[in-house]
Amino acid sequence: MDELRDKYIDAIANASDEAALEALRVQAVGKKGEVSLKMRELGKMTPEERQVAGPALNALKTEINAALAARKASLADAALEERLKTEWLDVTLPSRGRRIGTIHPVSQVTEEVTAIFADMGFSVAEGPQIDSDWYNFDALNIPGHHPARAEMDTFYMHRAEGDNRPPHVLRTHTSPVQIRHMEKHGAPCRIIAPGRVYRADYDQTHTPMFHQVEGLALDRDISMANLKWVLEAFFSAFFGTSVKTRFRASHFPFVEPGAEVDIQCSFEGGTVKVGEGDDWLEVLGSGMVHPSVLRAGGVDPDTYQGFAFGMGIDRIAMLKYGIPDLRAFFESDLRWLKHYGFSALEVPTLHGGL
Amino acid sequence: MKFTLSWLKDHLDTTASVAEIAEALTDLGLEVEGIENPGERLADFTLGYVEKAEKHPDADKLRVCMVRTDDGVQQIICGAPNAREGITVVIAKPGTYVPGIDTTIQVGKIRGVESYGMMCSEREMELSEEHDGIIELPSGTVGQRFVDWLAENDPAKVDPVIEIGITPNRQDALGVHGIARDLAARGLGTLKPLKKHDVEGQFPSPLTVTIDEDTQGEGGCHVFAGRLIRGVENRPSPQWLQDRLRAIGLRPISALVDITNFFTHDRNRPLHVFDADKVSGNLRVRRAEAGETLEGLDEKTHTFSDGQVVISDDQGIESIGGIMGGLATGCTMDTTDVFLEAAVWDRIQIAMTGRALKINSDARYRNERGIDPAYNMQAMEDATAMILDLCGGEPSSVVVAGRVPDVARAYRLDPRKVVSLVGMEIPESEQRQTLTALGFRMEGDMAHVPSWRPDVLGEADLVEEVARIASLTKLEGKPLPRLGAGVPEPVLSPMQVREQTGRRTAAALGYNECVTYSFIDHAAATLFGGGDDQTMLANPISSEMSHMRPSLLPGLLQAAARNQARGQGDLALFEVGATFSGGEPGEQGLEISGILVGRTGPKDVHGGSRPVDLFDAKADVEAILQAVGAPAKTQVLRGGDSWWHPGRHGRLCLGPKKTLAVFGELHPKVLDALDVKGPAVAFTIWPEEIPLPRKTGASRGALAISDLQAVERDFAFVVDADVQALDLVNAASGADKALIDDVRVFDEFVGGSLGAGKKSLAITVRLQPSDKTLTEKEIEAVGAKIVAKVEKATGGTLRG
Repeated sequence: MDELRDKYIDAIANASDEAALEALRVQAVGKKGEVSLKMRELGKMTPEERQVAGPALNALKTEINAALAARKASLADAALEERLKTEWLDVTLPSRGRRIGTIHPVSQVTEEVTAIFADMGFSVAEGPQIDSDWYNFDALNIPGHHPARAEMDTFYMHRAEGDNRPPHVLRTHTSPVQIRHMEKHGAPCRIIAPGRVYRADYDQTHTPMFHQVEGLALDRDISMANLKWVLEAFFSAFFGTSVKTRFRASHFPFVEPGAEVDIQCSFEGGTVKVGEGDDWLEVLGSGMVHPSVLRAGGVDPDTYQGFAFGMGIDRIAMLKYGIPDLRAFFESDLRWLKHYGFSALEVPTLHGGL
Repeated sequence: MKFTLSWLKDHLDTTASVAEIAEALTDLGLEVEGIENPGERLADFTLGYVEKAEKHPDADKLRVCMVRTDDGVQQIICGAPNAREGITVVIAKPGTYVPGIDTTIQVGKIRGVESYGMMCSEREMELSEEHDGIIELPSGTVGQRFVDWLAENDPAKVDPVIEIGITPNRQDALGVHGIARDLAARGLGTLKPLKKHDVEGQFPSPLTVTIDEDTQGEGGCHVFAGRLIRGVENRPSPQWLQDRLRAIGLRPISALVDITNFFTHDRNRPLHVFDADKVSGNLRVRRAEAGETLEGLDEKTHTFSDGQVVISDDQGIESIGGIMGGLATGCTMDTTDVFLEAAVWDRIQIAMTGRALKINSDARYRNERGIDPAYNMQAMEDATAMILDLCGGEPSSVVVAGRVPDVARAYRLDPRKVVSLVGMEIPESEQRQTLTALGFRMEGDMAHVPSWRPDVLGEADLVEEVARIASLTKLEGKPLPRLGAGVPEPVLSPMQVREQTGRRTAAALGYNECVTYSFIDHAAATLFGGGDDQTMLANPISSEMSHMRPSLLPGLLQAAARNQARGQGDLALFEVGATFSGGEPGEQGLEISGILVGRTGPKDVHGGSRPVDLFDAKADVEAILQAVGAPAKTQVLRGGDSWWHPGRHGRLCLGPKKTLAVFGELHPKVLDALDVKGPAVAFTIWPEEIPLPRKTGASRGALAISDLQAVERDFAFVVDADVQALDLVNAASGADKALIDDVRVFDEFVGGSLGAGKKSLAITVRLQPSDKTLTEKEIEAVGAKIVAKVEKATGGTLRG
């Protein structure tokens, strides 16, 4: 019996392929195989002999089957290995094409601004881009003859012959949204109004369309000191570093007192760094809402007061992200869009950073 | 507004430096836009004395000079013809930057002889164009700084010029005196009062003035005062006056004209001088008739419209009141009899006439912002005195038409309101002191406004004055209290959220966001259903930007054409923004549009690049619609606008009139007109058309899924070629709504053995039982129903 075992275990281990292995299986444990034949002989044995031979034969059969399975697996492994050796790809070839989209800096920065002001309780108000001259000027304390009107480089809409209303304008600022919001919702309120504005000006630093965000906060005791705090809180969050502001007296017809606001910065080697250094950069106009403007919006100036500001979205985008040329914002050059654009999933959040 | 330091010091007694003055001005709201300090770039030049000058051994025109300087005697080579012994000169020592030749002086050898510096001409120091020789000074000591010598002997050359921006409310700062008043109120010195002259008339004026009844007061001329001064001798102004005018960029003309310019800039008081000999008859202020003309001092002919206010004599119009005089009656060097005018004009009228005639003069600028009417009669006296002083002559008595308008008014100063608005503790005494310093007269708590401040029209204006003098630079921020304790509430409206989601989904699908101009050219607007007069700008900046866009697509397609011209052919661009259906406020709507142009990507090793087609656009539009919450089931209808390929576009609708979006190929003619090389497909979504979800809760509803095996069966139908797949799918789905989970078209085959006008559509139907496994018999029954439904709906047959 040991002889039989040695013969088959050796042969199985040396079987060269699956066919040889199958032949060995038939020869050893097939129906007419040597081991099977030996098992048939068990019946002729004495009970004593059978008690010894039976388990031995069963063990032998199990061992041979196991050896067959093991050899089969190792042959398969070898075959697979052989196949894989031939399967080689140049993985340095380029991947399958996939377009990567981008978000325009104006949209990104608008969302950043919105996220920061939302935290301070400001909601987002909207208004029409073509507006009446009343909303764009008169209601904002800029009467028809006011020099500020001439200085605004206003775009006017065509008026049909016989239509004697003053021509509508493309809003020159987002400030008309203040009036529309007050009319509809009254005071107290806190809003920002981002959007497109238009001025007939085109040169190195001006485009006939750009983006502003208006801010308006009204309550019984809101002061210019609150405005300063809000703006400093905003700029610090927006630029991700503590930013000081400087208020300078100035004049905008819709506020009183009015101030130009500078942010702290340094100019070194032709680049602007916000939040450091001793220089100042003018970024926005602001002030306390003029009583006439409150009245135009239907708000009682004896009860309510508050601040308003307007700042250029494109401008703060340029400052934050180091974008040199305003005109390129609107040229849709694919190279520019890809370079300055933002990933779709880069959603600005206060908790994730802006 | 420009002025020099010495001019300011005529009105302000101060020891403050230019830098201190500039800082205060900006802080006061008179923003400094530039300071030109000629002394600064001359700071390193010093005086020297030429002890010896000899001819250069190797050059005829050069001299070797021994010059005594504060660094001892130095050898300097000089080519100037006047370089000689015994003159005091200006030296640039080695290391000194010489602006006129843009060079820093070095020790060098000139034709083999060493030179330790340079003797300068005026041009080399940019003091004048003088370059005939080096400067020879009549006085001065060796080593003295040249700027110090100039300050003593020729101060105009080193007088710093300050330029400030004037906001429309600060008429008073359009004169140097007003600027000095602000600085004095800030504490930077003491305001020097103007000297008041009183000139007695020697004879009655032979010229008289009248104002027509319809031109008096509001809307016309308030007061017109005049006086003849005869026997004057017009001549160039004295040097000091010429220097001042030149420093602020004005050309000195003659004493008479320069005096009016001086008053304009010194005290915001425009005046006019007529050559009385050229005026025929008397002066009359009246309204022009349409078509009348005048050749102005600008030597241009101006044509008037009805009602504009002018000054005329017997010959016709001689001056545009308060804006510009006429050339014919202007003063020249030959003028001997001059008629001096001081008038107060209606500001709005000046603004409108000036704008209509397109004249930007110093007079218009000031008269439309507002001058001090109360100074009118005194100005006549002060200017007369100056004319007499500079040109001699004999003054007549003053003739006047109209009245000086009464602008007296007072507003209550509420010191607590000031503190509450500004948020800065400014004591009441300081508030009162500030207003007094600015010329307000305090009477109890009433502040009487000075006549030179037409902008002060209410209590709020008092606050502004107090705040700006107190300095907003000192303002300390105070937290704006949060609206409530706890986490801030969301602030965006559902539509604002939808806009952001749509934008970010488009970017996630591989589109690059553009921001294109809201105005486009007429032709492009017309292609997309716009371009009418309602959406036209009256004053476009160019013909490329003449009409408000009716659609985002033309702007995107033009962007694509520009990119193609730069060699970027495969594009996926989108924009989110407003489009305009009319010219009234509110006739605008939100759109999200995207375009795909060229191929899906550059050709690649995987062979995956192919031309874009409308099903790319359809996939993207469906993805965005889903992201912004549009209903899952929409109808696909045709009949879209003319800029789409008529057979290759679809509208995604809720009913025939409610279009949520459209996608398809653009019309070849449109692409051609916009210079876009196709293929180009596009989509537009109208987010505002998508109904807001009815339920508001966050809960999703229960998920019903079955553990039973789903069964899929395929069917192919032969139908007419114009049968739409969606109709077939809808018919199949309707065969057993409970059991049929999904119907998918997986093959379309046109023509071939089917014959012309026929096609085969193959669908996979997925059956999902919910209570027990389906038997073959049940499956067959459903199959039969599907075939029947489809055949009935489409007129097709099951393909054998």
